[in-house]
Amino acid sequence: MFGRDRSLTSLLNDTFIRGILFQALIAIGLFLSINWLADNTLSNLANQGKTLGFDFLTRTAGFQISPTLGTWMLDYKVGKSTYTDVYLIGIINTFIVALLGILAATVIGFTVGIMRLSDNLVFRWFSSFYVEVVRNVPLLLQLFFWYFAVLRAMPSKREKLELVEGVAGLNITGLYLPAPIVSDGFIYSFLSLIGAIAITFLVRRYALRRQAETGQILPMFWIGLGIIIILPVLVHYLNGSPLDWSLPEFKDTGPKLRQGYQSGAGMVLVPEMLAVWLALSLYTAAFIAEIVRAGILAVNRGQTEAAYALGVRPNVTLRLVVIPQAMRVIIPPLTSQYLNLTKNSSLAVAIAYPELVSVFAGTALNQVGKEVEMIFMMMMVYLTFSLMTAAFMNWFNSRVKLVER
Amino acid sequence: MAQPQNTAEQSVDQKTIVSMRNVNKWFGQFHVLRDINLSVDKGERIVVCGPSGSGKSTLIRCLNRLEKHQDGDIFVHGIELNNDVKNIDEIRREVGMVFQHFNLFPHLSILENCMLAPIWVRKTPRAEAEEIAMHFLTRVKIPEQASKYPGQLSGGQQQRVAIARALCMQPQLMLFDEPTSALDPEMIKEVLDTMVELADDGMTMICVTHEMGFARRVADRVIFMDEGQIVEQNEPEAFFNNPKSDRTKLFLSQILGH
Ligand SMILES: Nc1ncnc2c1ncn2[C@@H]1O[C@H](COP(=O)(O)OP(=O)(O)OP(=O)(O)O)[C@@H](O)[C@H]1O
Ligand SMILES: [Mg+2]
Repeated sequence: MFGRDRSLTSLLNDTFIRGILFQALIAIGLFLSINWLADNTLSNLANQGKTLGFDFLTRTAGFQISPTLGTWMLDYKVGKSTYTDVYLIGIINTFIVALLGILAATVIGFTVGIMRLSDNLVFRWFSSFYVEVVRNVPLLLQLFFWYFAVLRAMPSKREKLELVEGVAGLNITGLYLPAPIVSDGFIYSFLSLIGAIAITFLVRRYALRRQAETGQILPMFWIGLGIIIILPVLVHYLNGSPLDWSLPEFKDTGPKLRQGYQSGAGMVLVPEMLAVWLALSLYTAAFIAEIVRAGILAVNRGQTEAAYALGVRPNVTLRLVVIPQAMRVIIPPLTSQYLNLTKNSSLAVAIAYPELVSVFAGTALNQVGKEVEMIFMMMMVYLTFSLMTAAFMNWFNSRVKLVER
Repeated sequence: MAQPQNTAEQSVDQKTIVSMRNVNKWFGQFHVLRDINLSVDKGERIVVCGPSGSGKSTLIRCLNRLEKHQDGDIFVHGIELNNDVKNIDEIRREVGMVFQHFNLFPHLSILENCMLAPIWVRKTPRAEAEEIAMHFLTRVKIPEQASKYPGQLSGGQQQRVAIARALCMQPQLMLFDEPTSALDPEMIKEVLDTMVELADDGMTMICVTHEMGFARRVADRVIFMDEGQIVEQNEPEAFFNNPKSDRTKLFLSQILGH
């Protein structure tokens, strides 16, 4: 029971009440804006005589998509495959360049970042040059560079640039590589690889236990590498090599029109995909290199000195003392770089690599005209990719977090 | 046995643990250490003092190759300190160091801080390493903090952990670089007490410190450095009561004068 004027002002000054009040106001504001947007969209669509709906997904798509991993996996055929297939092809093609890009960018980025801190003058000079050039040229321009200046400048369709005699070659239609042909019994080679990985894990556990008990340290990296390579290779040959390679086939005789690399032999990486992959990984690697460098520099010099003073060797110091501390500085910005790379893959639309935006927002949207639904579907894909990456990196981050007071 | 290449080592007799002969060091143009000659016997307790920038830290950091001397010879524990990685490793195993800012590994628990070097350098079995670590943590009187992380300890506790961490390698020689000067006054005593105990147990120590009470109490010899040179060295009584050089007098009047 308090007086009227006192209760009102004291209620408004209460931090708890204030918090609730502001949250409520924001929620109402958000709701009203969304409502207005939805209402507006629906009435505009109605004015144009359009309705919302996803039934277009079962319609067949009547356009060509250049042969890529996605079209191969879904066996895309014009006039037979549906728009759902087109959507999935876009997702697969985006996913594959994003994944390969993240892998390559991480490896190159860490290498260049560590090189920039090396005592070797040439390493330092080269990595600084790389970082400064690559991160200061727009990504789209780099994409055009790799596509038009490098890959489109390759020999014509009827010629080739041999990389490995009879095995790998390059021309304007792409990079030709041997394709594996699996025959009966290959499953055993595959199983033995899985077995080798499992054995390596067991040996690793044994090595850790042995170190705990006797203090001896086994060279686990080399042992693991040995097991994983030797065991499957042995099984493979004992089993009569049940894997063949289909080599790319190049003809420079016979009718002019049939000269060049033959379809059906070997496999081809289309230049569009190569260009996107190169541009995305090299560009992102420059940023990752800076992140890695900053992360390592953020670890106090005293940490290395303390480890050295205890007699710990430099490589062990890097692995057990410096990198674990650098990781907590590296991971958050590294996550943003992974997300950027994934989203930047949509620039591939500029050179017609059939990733999600290119096939779905480009060709498919033009033909179907369901802007709202299709843009929404694409946004969901990027959102899912991003949330998955972020969730993984957060999990990883929580494992390397420091305990503070 | 004829071992001609070892003549230099043999000239250092078994009692000597550190011997520096005409050691010089430059940082670029700057001459930090000038003609340092110093010999330390096993079991000796040495305090090094001198004005800021006189090269005290550099001197002791040269003894475990955190800094590289450019001229002269350094022998530690009978091993020559040169570019040979094996020698450096061997010397670092025998020489413990405690830093002004503790330099504990923040991502490892107190116990893991103490076990890292025994496991990875001495290749000690884990259980034994843990035993050693607990032994020395008990000795510096903080066994109950073993599972905490450095960030959760006070400065004085952290410095005692740092001492325990160095002791876990069971070194022949301990180097201290101003171990108390980053601490609040009420924590200085607990660290100094630990160091006094260590000295009483017969550990060979070289301490850079301005704690003159500590010097009087435990030092066998006090060394005064200025501008990269050893200006004067003497037993604590003589050093404090009748310093010979003017520079020493000035320094002592500044540090004890207030
Ligand atoms: N890595 C380095 N590069 C260049 N100069 C250095 C470096 N380390 C130390 N110095 C210089 O060498 C001189 C001696 O440094 P040192 O740290 O040995 O002094 P100190 O006697 O320990 O002083 P303090 O009492 O302040 O710790 C100082 O003038 C310092 O500026
Ligand atoms: Mg110093």
